[in-house]
Amino acid sequence: MAGVTWRRVTLGVAGVYFLVPLAIAVWFTVYNDTQGFSLGAYGRIVSAPGFTESLLKSLLLGVAVIVLVLLLALPALLAVRLGAPGLRPVLETITTLPLIVPPITYVVGIANALRGGTDALAATPFWQTIISIQDENFPVVLVLAYVMLALPFAYRSLDTGLRAIDVRTLVEAARNLGASWPYVLFRVILPNLRSAVAGASFLSLALVMGEYTIAALMGYRTFPVWIVTVSGNDGQLSVALSVLSLGLIWLLLLTLSGAGRKSK
Amino acid sequence: MTVELRELRRSFGGTVALDGLSLTIEQGELIAFLGPSGCGKTTALRCVAGFERPDTGAVFIDGADVTRVPANRRDAGMVFQSYSLFPNLNVRDNVAFGLRVRRRPTAERHDRAAELLELVGLGGFGERYPHQLSGGQQQRVALARALALQPKVLLLDEPLSALDAKVRVNLREEIRRLQLELGITTIFVTHDQEEALSVADRVAVLKSGRLEQVAPPAEVYDRPATPFVAEFVGTMNHLPGRVSGETVEVFGQFLPLDGTAPGEEVDVLVRPEAVRVAPADDGRGFILASSFRGSIARLRVQLDGGGEVLADVPGHEAVRLSPGLKVDVTLVERPVLTAPRTAVAAPVEPVS
Repeated sequence: MAGVTWRRVTLGVAGVYFLVPLAIAVWFTVYNDTQGFSLGAYGRIVSAPGFTESLLKSLLLGVAVIVLVLLLALPALLAVRLGAPGLRPVLETITTLPLIVPPITYVVGIANALRGGTDALAATPFWQTIISIQDENFPVVLVLAYVMLALPFAYRSLDTGLRAIDVRTLVEAARNLGASWPYVLFRVILPNLRSAVAGASFLSLALVMGEYTIAALMGYRTFPVWIVTVSGNDGQLSVALSVLSLGLIWLLLLTLSGAGRKSK
Repeated sequence: MTVELRELRRSFGGTVALDGLSLTIEQGELIAFLGPSGCGKTTALRCVAGFERPDTGAVFIDGADVTRVPANRRDAGMVFQSYSLFPNLNVRDNVAFGLRVRRRPTAERHDRAAELLELVGLGGFGERYPHQLSGGQQQRVALARALALQPKVLLLDEPLSALDAKVRVNLREEIRRLQLELGITTIFVTHDQEEALSVADRVAVLKSGRLEQVAPPAEVYDRPATPFVAEFVGTMNHLPGRVSGETVEVFGQFLPLDGTAPGEEVDVLVRPEAVRVAPADDGRGFILASSFRGSIARLRVQLDGGGEVLADVPGHEAVRLSPGLKVDVTLVERPVLTAPRTAVAAPVEPVS
């Protein structure tokens, strides 16, 4: 009995801690003393210039990051697990590095590389490439940067998923029954890893939808950057934006975890 | 379909798993690879399956060299030690997995799966998922799955070791029945000697990547080719003996030698069932402990000069031969194997 009570108290305190500020924020966006109740702040978001454009750009970046990070991490994890278990600590360390390097250092590095690269490649056909990856509408360079940042989260999520299944035996059983490597990967491993893949995808997406430093310093107008620019002098609008993006992320989380659960 | 292993060598780092293993498995034969862990039995099996490639040597299936053929084109069905069913597929789809990879039509897949599930005694279980089955049932499904493609060879990698004792015995009999019914060449890897002796046509005893002996079960048990086999298969007493000519003297008895003795002072290897124990006040030892096993009782006899002997007596004698009783120990008159005198055997001076 004491256990149950204690659990409820803990849950209650945690709930208050998270929900009260949120509720106050929502209240602040829909009510003020002069106008009373109004959804005006949310209306102003949608009509603010650049909303759709920056949101779509960020979502697109998110999808690209998810695809790339999965294509990179999953085969690497499988290869290490099956072929060279001794390298696991190495992989673990490498995927932790992006957490250690501060984003600002990261930006300076990328900017320098791009500047130096542009000069060095000026006389070669690769010049066009280095220019096009910096395209304002779909900055590939940002995708690459975010893939690095997402790697620690994606790696850990996938690693947990792989731990839960006997990968080696499943792979060998499938190989023994005539399955090619791609068949093994897509028809045997992935279906049994659905919730881990969903988790990795969600974390990557959440990262892209919230990353400000790199995009801002490199001059790209992603959704988080847009939020900051547009909310500069309108308090109610900026809080409404926070609430909106929080709601958006939650929605995505629910969708992805729903997709993950379907596998059971 | 025969399987031939020719001079297989494989090492992992500094550890030698296979050290020149050569063996031919005949069509329709069930051969058991028996040995302690690390003896190379699983590595040998994995070389046949294509999951390991030998450093040197070759594997032939049905006369064709498959050493460099990838695992997915080997035509060998395998059952694994750990439960290997695909958790996201139901039983029917698990069994039909190989057919699906080969893009057979749905109707054929379902028919074949139903047929095989019937064969392993799980008809009607097709819609269940692996997590809804017991360990024994899962291994039956794995067996059905391995057989679905009518492979040339069936490879069993300790398929029973994760199961309860009773299920284990049932399933091994079932495997043998199926194997005989289908006449499929089978390699059964196990570390359980009882399992190997009870199901195999021949038992291959491995040690340190080498073949110690390959022979029918009774021969491996009765006429072990090496002291290691004698030791590993069944229980062996090491009794100190002294060789004289064609005989060896143990407990004052002169027994004929089987093979040649490694010296004058030797260990005589005697099975517990070849040891006779009778109550005698002036006997050479007393019963230290008795463990009743139903049809037999195994007695541990402490010898007066030091050392112990294990003896199997009929179960009904267990009451009469109780611990503490002074007994005499004699050996059944038949040729005995000898091994170099080891430190393991306590020095007992034979009373003559």
